[in-house]
Amino acid sequence: MHSFGHRANALLTFALTILALMCAMASFSDNFNSPSPTADVQVLNINWFQKQPNGNDEVSLTFNISADLQSLFTWNTKQVFVFLAAEYETPKNSMNQVSLWDGIIPSKEHAKFWIHTTNKYRFTDQGSNLRGKEFNLSLHWHVMPKTGKMFADKIVMSGFRLPEEYR
Amino acid sequence: MDWQGQKLAEQLMQIMLVAFAVVAFLTGYLMNSFQTMLLIYASGVLLTTLITVPNWPFFNRNHLKWLDPSEADRHPKPQISSTNTGSKKKSSKQHQK
Repeated sequence: MHSFGHRANALLTFALTILALMCAMASFSDNFNSPSPTADVQVLNINWFQKQPNGNDEVSLTFNISADLQSLFTWNTKQVFVFLAAEYETPKNSMNQVSLWDGIIPSKEHAKFWIHTTNKYRFTDQGSNLRGKEFNLSLHWHVMPKTGKMFADKIVMSGFRLPEEYR
Repeated sequence: MDWQGQKLAEQLMQIMLVAFAVVAFLTGYLMNSFQTMLLIYASGVLLTTLITVPNWPFFNRNHLKWLDPSEADRHPKPQISSTNTGSKKKSSKQHQK
């Protein structure tokens, strides 16, 4: 009854149970971290703004993003996914969300960044509602932990407006 | 492995694993390193395996003392026909099975 195999099995079972418990505690410890991220986006230029042949508005922007997301990182953080979304309201849909740029931050050292870029993904409306449209730019992030629950949050920056005329 | 050895192996295994887990978690948390936690715990599990799984000599220090056959012959088993309380209990137990 108390053979080599039985002892090895008992040890493995107990060790893995404790490991699961440790992972759960590591995940729980993330709740004690109260992050204070900052972000700022400036739209530098509207490169072009036109109506596609199929009737949809499309705009190309140049902007720079500066953000400090270092406080999101804890010992249980694998990486952070960030994306910048343009959000606006149209008569048909109360919430339109278009992803303009995204990135993966692999470590805390890279979490304070400044980037000057044009939109990585096309800013196209479903329809022709973008002229003179006021929109928000929100920096969303998803904190991906090594074990446990994923956290997501965002910073909304409002007060952007598209021009009245195509160019 | 004798009875005392089995008890010792079992207790040693549980205490060592829990101790290593506590040390690993605190070190990892304070050093802000998940990897450190895993490395300390893995080495702890390995050490515990080496100590408690093989049948080391120190688990066999309390040998079982079997009765000599001649001693057993001198005290024969009580017969079932001799009705005393002991045999009644035995029969009732067998019923329950």
